[in-house]
Amino acid sequence: MKITLDADKCCAAGQCVLVAPEVFDQRDEDGVVVLLDAEPPAAQHAAVREAAAICPAAVIEVQE
Amino acid sequence: MTTLPIAVVGASAAGITAAEALRRAGWDGPLTLIGDEPHLPYDRPPLSKQLLHGAWEPAKLLLRTEEQLAPLDLDLRLGTRATGLDVATRTLTLDGGERLACAGVIIATGVAARTLPAADGLAGVFTLRTLDDALALRDRLSEGARRLVVVGNGVLGCEAAAVARELGHEVTLVGREPVPMAVAVGAGIGELLAEEHRARGVRLVTGEVAEFETVADGSAARVGGVRLADGSLHPADLVLLAIGSEPAVGWLADPALDTADGLGCDAYCAAAPGIYAAGDVARWEHPGHGRPLRFEHRMNATEQAMAAARNLVAELTAEGVVATAEGTEPQERRPFAPVPYFWSDQYGLKLQAYGLTSGADEVETTVLDGEARRAVALYGRDGLAVGVLACALPPRQIRALRAVVATPVPWEEARDRVRAATATG
Repeated sequence: MKITLDADKCCAAGQCVLVAPEVFDQRDEDGVVVLLDAEPPAAQHAAVREAAAICPAAVIEVQE
Repeated sequence: MTTLPIAVVGASAAGITAAEALRRAGWDGPLTLIGDEPHLPYDRPPLSKQLLHGAWEPAKLLLRTEEQLAPLDLDLRLGTRATGLDVATRTLTLDGGERLACAGVIIATGVAARTLPAADGLAGVFTLRTLDDALALRDRLSEGARRLVVVGNGVLGCEAAAVARELGHEVTLVGREPVPMAVAVGAGIGELLAEEHRARGVRLVTGEVAEFETVADGSAARVGGVRLADGSLHPADLVLLAIGSEPAVGWLADPALDTADGLGCDAYCAAAPGIYAAGDVARWEHPGHGRPLRFEHRMNATEQAMAAARNLVAELTAEGVVATAEGTEPQERRPFAPVPYFWSDQYGLKLQAYGLTSGADEVETTVLDGEARRAVALYGRDGLAVGVLACALPPRQIRALRAVVATPVPWEEARDRVRAATATG
């Protein structure tokens, strides 16, 4: 799995951090998404797919 | 095995998410996605923000590229309107007259912008719901300094007013309620926003529209001003009507459906056997709040579409329409019980809210920094805290606030937890 972000579109909802806190974080100053692990281990894949699906700004792209 | 399709009616955020979720849940039969606009699925929140501002072009709003849509193997019907649904046979009628018998249907037709009869056919009056609406208003705003009157001081009106001021236009924001966004977020946060709008040079006016002044423009009539019920006249080159919306249920005449305020659904987002709804149009029984709720929030469109899709596939599996993959347990339907979330961007301020912020019988607003407009508000109903809103707070505090209202808790306990969450910078 490889994750790419279009962080420019991020609306700082933080849903990805709630779903997959080991893969995503937010910048303190504006809440924009930060990618902690672009190629997370298999144990994280379901959470990452969920994060990509619920992101309200369609920022997260997952390639499997 | 059936060869009937599942049809998703509505091709915006909820519709495209439902289509994807149906595939993920194991629906490998035909899948029809019907949208009345000619555009590929696009995102609406930026319409009143980055798109209206000119910072983003329409391509950036696309929710999925052609390449991302291809693996879904959709029968994509854009520019197509569903005009009827026979619930017992799960049969849709489309505007070309075609009848489409379905294995299941997900209704995600959203809402339509409310208008005023007096504005019919009057040039210079706009609504802001679709991409075409937003581009039309943006074109006129790009022609030079304009006098814009925004009718309606809810979320949409406030966001559009902020963008127009940032672009240098003269902006009057008219509301029936004296405090902007008061219905959505209460008077305390509304006052904070009012201060920001005034500081940025927006004129805030309270009143109801009585009539539009017109000026001759060739053979057509063009708006020249807005007269309020108190007789005051507010000159305008452009008027934006941001007076709320109506759920798009006019096409659903089957008496088996409850369309009193959107499409009524049970806790599983089912309106009838095999018929589900999601997004702005769907009113459902939230199991955690014990009453019917309907949200016009971007986050809800996605979450509810995923829930409706999963539950529809589970129902069709139980009916034997969908085979259960070998060695796996069939999925069961699950009640949809989200923590609602919405945000709004105005100037540099970001508002983020979890839970229920409207319909509260108790609101406590704490302004942490008046200059920076940093504030938190807690919303209660029947002695329980049910919602929380953060204005200009850092993300860690906001996530802590969400935890406070993830399930309704006693008011006093929630107040203590909000204080603790916002005590440190």
